[in-house]
Amino acid sequence: MLAHLRATFVIFALLTLVTGVAYPLVVTAIGQTVFPRQAAGSLIERDGKLAGSRLIGQPFDGLHYFWGRPSATSPVPYNAASSSGSNLGPTNPALFDAVKQRIRALQSADPTNDAKIPVDLVTSSGSGLDPHISRAAAEFQIKRVAAARKLDVATVRRLVAQHTQGRTLGLLGEPRVNVLALNLALDDLTKSPPVK
Amino acid sequence: MSFYAWLQLAIYLVVLLALVKPLGSYMARVFDGRACGLDRVLGPLERLIYRVAGVRATKEMNWKTYAGTMLAFNVLGLLAVYAIQRTQAWLPLNPQGFANVSADSSFNTAVSFATNTNWQGYGGETTMSYLTQMLGLTVQNFVSAAAGLAVLAAMIRGFRRRPEAVADREQAAAQGEGLIGNFWVDLTRSTLYILLPLSLVLAVFLVSQGVVQSFAPYQTVALMQEAHGKDAEGKDVTATAQTIPLGPAASQIAIKQLGTNGGGFFNVNSAHPFENPTPLADFFERLAILVISGALCYTFGVMVGDTRQGWAILAAMLLIFIPLLVLCTWAEEAGNPKLTAMGVDQHPSATQPGGNMEGKEARFGIAPSTLWASATTAASNGSVNSMHDSFTPLGGLVPMWLIQLGEVIFGGVGSGLYGMLAFAIITVFVAGLMVGRTPEYLGKKIEAYEMKMASLVILFPPLVVLVGTAVGVVSGAGKDAIANPGAHGFSEVLYAFSSAGNNNGSAFAGLGANTPFYNAALGIAMLVARYWLAIPILAIAGSLAAKKVTPTSAGTLPTHRPLFVVLLASIVIVVGALTFIPALALGPIVEQLQMIAG
Repeated sequence: MLAHLRATFVIFALLTLVTGVAYPLVVTAIGQTVFPRQAAGSLIERDGKLAGSRLIGQPFDGLHYFWGRPSATSPVPYNAASSSGSNLGPTNPALFDAVKQRIRALQSADPTNDAKIPVDLVTSSGSGLDPHISRAAAEFQIKRVAAARKLDVATVRRLVAQHTQGRTLGLLGEPRVNVLALNLALDDLTKSPPVK
Repeated sequence: MSFYAWLQLAIYLVVLLALVKPLGSYMARVFDGRACGLDRVLGPLERLIYRVAGVRATKEMNWKTYAGTMLAFNVLGLLAVYAIQRTQAWLPLNPQGFANVSADSSFNTAVSFATNTNWQGYGGETTMSYLTQMLGLTVQNFVSAAAGLAVLAAMIRGFRRRPEAVADREQAAAQGEGLIGNFWVDLTRSTLYILLPLSLVLAVFLVSQGVVQSFAPYQTVALMQEAHGKDAEGKDVTATAQTIPLGPAASQIAIKQLGTNGGGFFNVNSAHPFENPTPLADFFERLAILVISGALCYTFGVMVGDTRQGWAILAAMLLIFIPLLVLCTWAEEAGNPKLTAMGVDQHPSATQPGGNMEGKEARFGIAPSTLWASATTAASNGSVNSMHDSFTPLGGLVPMWLIQLGEVIFGGVGSGLYGMLAFAIITVFVAGLMVGRTPEYLGKKIEAYEMKMASLVILFPPLVVLVGTAVGVVSGAGKDAIANPGAHGFSEVLYAFSSAGNNNGSAFAGLGANTPFYNAALGIAMLVARYWLAIPILAIAGSLAAKKVTPTSAGTLPTHRPLFVVLLASIVIVVGALTFIPALALGPIVEQLQMIAG
């Protein structure tokens, strides 16, 4: 009995050292040496300041920016300190009200656009921090952004294409556009027009 | 269903099945104490652990000692996790200065991680210090999974032990009962040779994809546009900066997937871009959910000396898993008819995922989300990459029912297969009744004692789930936590007790379950579900180990043929359906009808 008690404590302590101390430290050492940028949160720097993370979306509602997925975090959308989905059920009236409101916002931002609205643009993401939208959701907004920035549509469309990733290996996941990276590139473009 | 949905389902299953044999035969070597390659590196560490602990690795235990040492080890782990949470404010590695966790939440989380459930009542990035995550939660991710593997190894030894053989008889005579292995050895070898190396490889790969692994405090970045919202009191809030959470996440996420644990580093689990940043990371995290449990079927076959027995069990699992997976994917891709009526485009195409995207991430779309939801509930993993609460009613019924089947379709590492073997015992018994003959499985006679124990294994979880749900929906404290109105609200409570009562850990997360009522009720459900199953299983193992082998005769039901596979799958389905269809009718089924009716 006493022998079992000793084994219980000793094995728990030693396995804690192996799996709770040594293992995370080894992963940290390898990760930070080989993939330092990814391990630290894929942060984007602009003019010496942190401008965001490539993997964490930001809220946009200006006409001159592409909008991302609706976010259900509180108290503000895209609150990365407290990730959350809406958890609204498929028959919950609150879900329908939220979707209607998003449709109205999209329509009033671009009254002449009569294309069908892609579903990912009016439904909140799982994390509340989704950095991506579908290609259709970007296409839906190109004319609005081009008009607000007085750019021609082809220029904006080219920029969207540059920030689009396809399915991994042509198979996995969905083609997608990184909204934060795209909007940063838009600001760069307006600041210093490309030399032709 | 779209072409890419079928394609992703197929690739996943093919890769999974391709890994069954190599990983399965490797694990058989580990359980049998044979050379496995890694022992050349970690062997000295293994022997050091035994020496310091005073464990004689060759000394086997009877089932009571085995169960006793497992329980003692789990109680100690539970207390340690509880203590770390209750004192984290005073301990190091707490850069965000999080307070000590409340008593009821600490109890719930300690039980949750020690029982391999990993239900999350808390939000990781707002509650747990780096030290708690590492030293408390990561450790239990490993050892609770290893304990499950150990119990399975013990049960398999019960089947294959030959008490008529000389060496076994001498050892058995010394203890007077059937011997089923040494818990300390099974625990240590499972951790060092199976879970640790796989986790290390997966964790480093995940960092390469963008999963964070850092001890730096949270970073603050400027927002390009101000964010506006309302706080709990309805006052306007404006944010100009964003807090980017960090932590040693990759190391924990790797083992949370491999050990069918599922407790996320961040609140939204693997929907969080820092837990699951790319479709490739998603694929491998998802593969890690099922790979060990799937491969264990082969391990079982190797250890009992007939790999066909293992393939038969795996085939029965797939026979249930694949149709449910397809149903879930079809339902989610079909989307929500109410949204179509509003003019929203839900049609899957080359430029958009379409379908029901509420609670799903754009980089994954539909098929990776439904594959994950099905895998994580078939296994008792419980991690999520999309919000099950926002699934369509039929799409949400699939994960809920997969849990309710008892976590035996793949199931938790170790626990899934030992649960399925209990169903196999029931199956040969039912078949024996049909022909009026004492049933046997793998040469061992199944008699009243084994049947009683197997019945406990199969009856306890439904009892906990249904009684718990009943209490939840009639008590004020239970109802106050419900987030969605109508039938869906009932589904939230049913899902919570199904999840805890089968050690899954996923949730219809709208339910505000971090309250004293749910923390206590679900905590108890998790304890019952884990140990009231593991103990009878070990009792079966002990009883079988002492039995002589009956030679096969013309009346023996072959347990590697399609007939047995179909029979086994049918028994699992019939038990699951008879027990839960009334409850499911009140929740997802009625909601599906409401949704179609508009």
